[in-house]
Amino acid sequence: MNNSKLLLLGDEAIAQGAIDGGLSGIYAYPGTPSTEIMEYVQGSKQAAELNIHRQWSTNEKTAMEAAIGMSYAGKRAMVCFKHVGLNVAADAFINASITGVNGGLIVVSADDPSMHSSQNEQDSRFYGKFSMIPILEPSNQQEAYDMAYFGFELSERLNVPVLMRITTRMAHSRAGVQRREVKPQNQLHLPSDPRQFVLLPAIARKNYKKLLVSQSAMELESEKSAYNQLIPGTDKSLGIITTGIAYNYLIENYPDHKCPYTVLKVCQYPIPRKQVTDLYNDCEKLLILEEGYPIVEEMIKGFLNIGKTIHGRLDGTLPRDGELNPNIVAKALGMPVTEGQLVPNIVKNRPPSLCQGCGHRDVYEDLNEALKEYGTGRVFSDIGCYTLGALPPFNAINSCVDMGASITMAKGAADAGLVPAIAVIGDSTFTHSGMTGLLDAVIENSPITVIISDNSTTGMTGGQHSSATGRIVEICKGIGVHPDHIRVVTPLKKNHEENVKIIKEELEYNGVSVIIPQRECIQTFARRKKSEKKESNE
Amino acid sequence: MKNDIILAGVGGQGILSIAAAIGLAAVNSNLYIKQSEVHGMSQRGGDVQSHLRISDRPIASDLIPAGKADMIISVEPMEGLRYLPFLAPTGWLVTNINPFNNIPDYPAADDLLTQIKAVKNHIAIDADAIAKEAGSSKASNIVMLGAASLFLDMPFEKIEEGIRQLFGRKGDEVVQLNLKALRMGREFSERNR
Repeated sequence: MNNSKLLLLGDEAIAQGAIDGGLSGIYAYPGTPSTEIMEYVQGSKQAAELNIHRQWSTNEKTAMEAAIGMSYAGKRAMVCFKHVGLNVAADAFINASITGVNGGLIVVSADDPSMHSSQNEQDSRFYGKFSMIPILEPSNQQEAYDMAYFGFELSERLNVPVLMRITTRMAHSRAGVQRREVKPQNQLHLPSDPRQFVLLPAIARKNYKKLLVSQSAMELESEKSAYNQLIPGTDKSLGIITTGIAYNYLIENYPDHKCPYTVLKVCQYPIPRKQVTDLYNDCEKLLILEEGYPIVEEMIKGFLNIGKTIHGRLDGTLPRDGELNPNIVAKALGMPVTEGQLVPNIVKNRPPSLCQGCGHRDVYEDLNEALKEYGTGRVFSDIGCYTLGALPPFNAINSCVDMGASITMAKGAADAGLVPAIAVIGDSTFTHSGMTGLLDAVIENSPITVIISDNSTTGMTGGQHSSATGRIVEICKGIGVHPDHIRVVTPLKKNHEENVKIIKEELEYNGVSVIIPQRECIQTFARRKKSEKKESNE
Repeated sequence: MKNDIILAGVGGQGILSIAAAIGLAAVNSNLYIKQSEVHGMSQRGGDVQSHLRISDRPIASDLIPAGKADMIISVEPMEGLRYLPFLAPTGWLVTNINPFNNIPDYPAADDLLTQIKAVKNHIAIDADAIAKEAGSSKASNIVMLGAASLFLDMPFEKIEEGIRQLFGRKGDEVVQLNLKALRMGREFSERNR
């Protein structure tokens, strides 16, 4: 192994690959397991010297749109978010395949099978198929680097965005990565057709036909791609298709990583028709190993399932949900699995919890006290550290569906007659997608109390910049919340009684109230103090 | 040569600093490495683990198969036990005995020790006390690394080199303290293996 290799997380490998591949701007909203891509670019001296745009966006949709704008201007752009972030960006994302690109455009969506840090395990590859664009799914950190590095050219060659799909283990595992020569950024240049990005029906119809015609070119790219390999085996009783990192779990089970069956390793989509056909004709039956939904399995099996036997997640050979690992794959191959000792039953679960000293704790203590006379079941929340308020000892919230849903769900429940209804939302989530819902509530003067628990950061993902910092009061005023019912408080033990009183007052108000408990995240506070101390010592 | 290691602890205890030191030593030894980490929700006081794989040949899976780990390094006594299904029959459990108690039903210290001792190859070490003796309780993870180093197929000098790289920016005093903590951890394992 060469010492000049960098030891990088999959996320970091993507970031470095993009920087070396001529990136001009990266746009993202934090979300596990995608966050480290942007963080790496922000920390990169090389990115600073190259003046690469590298600031967080307010949400995934604004990130996606800004990246399309950069592509329009001829430069290479990357967008990153977690899988559910692609739902937020979907409108822009799907239409970007109809506009096509000018500068290369890579969209990275990080899936979280087994839901380590997510509310579902949706498979982003469906989005790639949906918008009919190529998908790159690395099986190791070097491929992650290479795919980002060469992905811009693929995007420019095919005139569509390229979706890069990774999963948790790819994102958050480190390995050695060999860099390539740094490419220059594109020059600013407008699209040769000035109406390329104008999706009026007449133009969109033309563009869409072009996209349909280019499908065969995408398939050809897949068939000749080095990321898709047909690895011949001697035993023809079974043929195996792996996608992304599933390949690693397969070969882990064989000495010297040599599988006796023929394996088609797929890391670029659309799946290569020629190789799949060759494998199918060459083997008695097939096993499909994919990290995520059985998307390839369904395609090959077909609705009628009248061909050769196809094993995978659909027939129970592998679990229908959750991420793969070497043991699950071994079982699917009928190989013995040796487990160590059982977990002693004195070992207890240790769920995540709000940090000691966290302001959200005080908010929930205040709120629970204020709500005693109204009873439980009326607090709507969404995504952030404050979601942990659902767990003991607080048991304080009754919903967590998607970013921003606290406010709109409270409004809907109030419309149904659940009054008062309360929303608990964080500062970053509020600007992400809570503001528009608040406008809905203001327009109808809905009897809801919105608590924007402001810790001045995007906490759960590790303390990234929050677009809301210093702006929340003005935003609420601008949206039309009556200034008398915008109450800023400090969530501290010593203020408990006063804060309970304020919450009670606003619960009684028959209209939209916003309470803003403001106290810096205890984690970012500790880091700030540490770096200040370091600076004063130097 | 192959070392498959599970690192265990509670979010915020800094198990990744141990992984980083071993990782640097592996890179300096021209070995292949894969290290899977936990980021996100569990980092808020939940159980966290890292799979660290080192080999002189290419590594396939980012995750260690069950029953194949050569060692569990746990900075907390209950958390090491959680990953016993991963440990090979010949593998070592190297664990700190100082509990991190942030749950209402945390087991009794004696029960934990009984279970730890039931593992054939184990090192149960009071890393906090040894770290304090070395000069700072902050170095307890490095004491753990020292205790584990005895069972790694890498020259001890390479691990010392990793520590120098890891703490070099913080000045010589910090480097020396951590080297001392590392050696004291290793000596404990030599005496108690």
